Amino acid sequence: MNMSDTPLLKVKDLSKFYGSRIGCQNVSFELWPGEVLAIVGESGSGKTTLLNCLATRLAPSAGSVEYRMRDGQFRDLYRLNEAERRFLMRTDWGFVHQNPADGLRMTVSAGANVGERLMAIGDRHYGNIRATATDWLGRVEIASDRIDDQPRAFSGGMRQRLQIARNLVTNPRLVFMDEPTGGLDVSVQARLLDLLRGLVSDLGLAAIVVTHDLAVARLLSHRMMVMKDGHIVETGLTDRVLDDPQAPYTQLLVSSILQV
Amino acid sequence: MTDLATYNFAYLDEQTKRMIRRAILKAIAIPGYQVPFASREMPMPYGWGTGGVQVTAAVLGPDDTLKVIDQGADDTTNAVSIRAFFQKVANVRVTTKTADATIIQTRHRIPEAQLQAGQILVYQVPIPEPLRFLEPRETETRKMHALEEYGLMHVKLYEDIARHGHIATTYAYPVKVEGRYVMDPSPTPKFDNPKMHMSPALQLFGAGREKRIYAVPPYTEVVSLDFEDHPFEIQTFSQPCALCGAKGSYLDEVILDDKGGSMFVCSDTDFCEDRQAKGHRGALAADTAEAAE
Repeated sequence: MNMSDTPLLKVKDLSKFYGSRIGCQNVSFELWPGEVLAIVGESGSGKTTLLNCLATRLAPSAGSVEYRMRDGQFRDLYRLNEAERRFLMRTDWGFVHQNPADGLRMTVSAGANVGERLMAIGDRHYGNIRATATDWLGRVEIASDRIDDQPRAFSGGMRQRLQIARNLVTNPRLVFMDEPTGGLDVSVQARLLDLLRGLVSDLGLAAIVVTHDLAVARLLSHRMMVMKDGHIVETGLTDRVLDDPQAPYTQLLVSSILQV
Repeated sequence: MTDLATYNFAYLDEQTKRMIRRAILKAIAIPGYQVPFASREMPMPYGWGTGGVQVTAAVLGPDDTLKVIDQGADDTTNAVSIRAFFQKVANVRVTTKTADATIIQTRHRIPEAQLQAGQILVYQVPIPEPLRFLEPRETETRKMHALEEYGLMHVKLYEDIARHGHIATTYAYPVKVEGRYVMDPSPTPKFDNPKMHMSPALQLFGAGREKRIYAVPPYTEVVSLDFEDHPFEIQTFSQPCALCGAKGSYLDEVILDDKGGSMFVCSDTDFCEDRQAKGHRGALAADTAEAAE
């Protein structure tokens, strides 16, 4: 694994309030390169709010998020100008939405969906773009003869895999995932998780995965944070948290898993 | 003409013209940038050139000579009615000769004859936003222009090649102006795109319904977007104009009968008539002359 001494992301006292309601409060953690962090908790616990605050999709009310740029310098994400932030989002980062339609352009072909980021950073050679797109479709197990089909002709699982390819084509270092397996049936989920696990370890990606499914967290993540009512109630290595939960809420969460 | 006669000249009131002229000046200062303006109701429906008419009215003076073309022709409905409109409300000289005109309002063509310094070409624009069909949110497209994020434009061209094997966009072909703004040249055929590059004439674009004005000042770089391995190309025609025999002009297909017969003629009627007057003849020219008699 590609762990190094300096973290990739430093989050300090991050809070988001919706009026007097708490979205998330006083969240602090660090994320290292190559590490997969799961954020788990029940609906309404602030997982997605936290993810959006980290990914600069939602301005936090307080706190700071610092990211180590490719030049090794830490920059506060909310002090970057908009052009820098958007450039970061389409090159060094990926964001995998729960609903693939939010992350894909449904009216352009799969190849163009994958190629969009390349064209956005200035690639102007059709042949190269197409070759890269074909390669990435292969890596996410989409047959190369589907390259000119629109995502609306794809099944849910294929759309999700296409979304992943589209995000990874620029070799990002950090990927945010919001319930990546939500809405997929179990066998498709299993294949997607298998694929994600392979990609994350092959590419040395750091990832923050929001999920309410503890099985997803168990399979994908190295470390997890449990959220309740906007606060972090427990953090630790995934196996430790799941096998030996300390906080009462985590114990409740772990014991509510249905055994088949 | 006295000063009084030019007060509220050419249909619009002075305040409106002042507002439009300010938008035009700003547009010229930032080539290719879409300047919002308070588009007025005009005595014609949206889509008939309300933007172009307002721009023309704002730049028109008593000494100007106006030419109006629609799809290259001086004698089609839109061109005739707008020309008659300005004759009535401004009493300006009108012409069909490209070389004699100081202001040319156009819908969907640039004249074949080389434009000169001092001439103004006014385009009627239905949809000024080149990114519109790829990104429906106006807030987002403005941001993309501001941050020069134009990758999406190439996604459209990529789709063309993936689907048709070549860039199949034939009109409203996106251009980059002076290395900065991506601009929709209004629905002119891409055949006319190279004419916009380093043109000595001032080019003004008015979109009445969308309330935008943009401009390409004289001698400005206008580059059509393309891929390195699929460079920009203009349309070519396999036969010359059937009336004047011109090669290398933009042709319209005219249906002759219900048995599949058709002929190709210059879309620029002034250019075609000028050539015929100089004795150039196409394959069908004699026939039509006889039929007319």
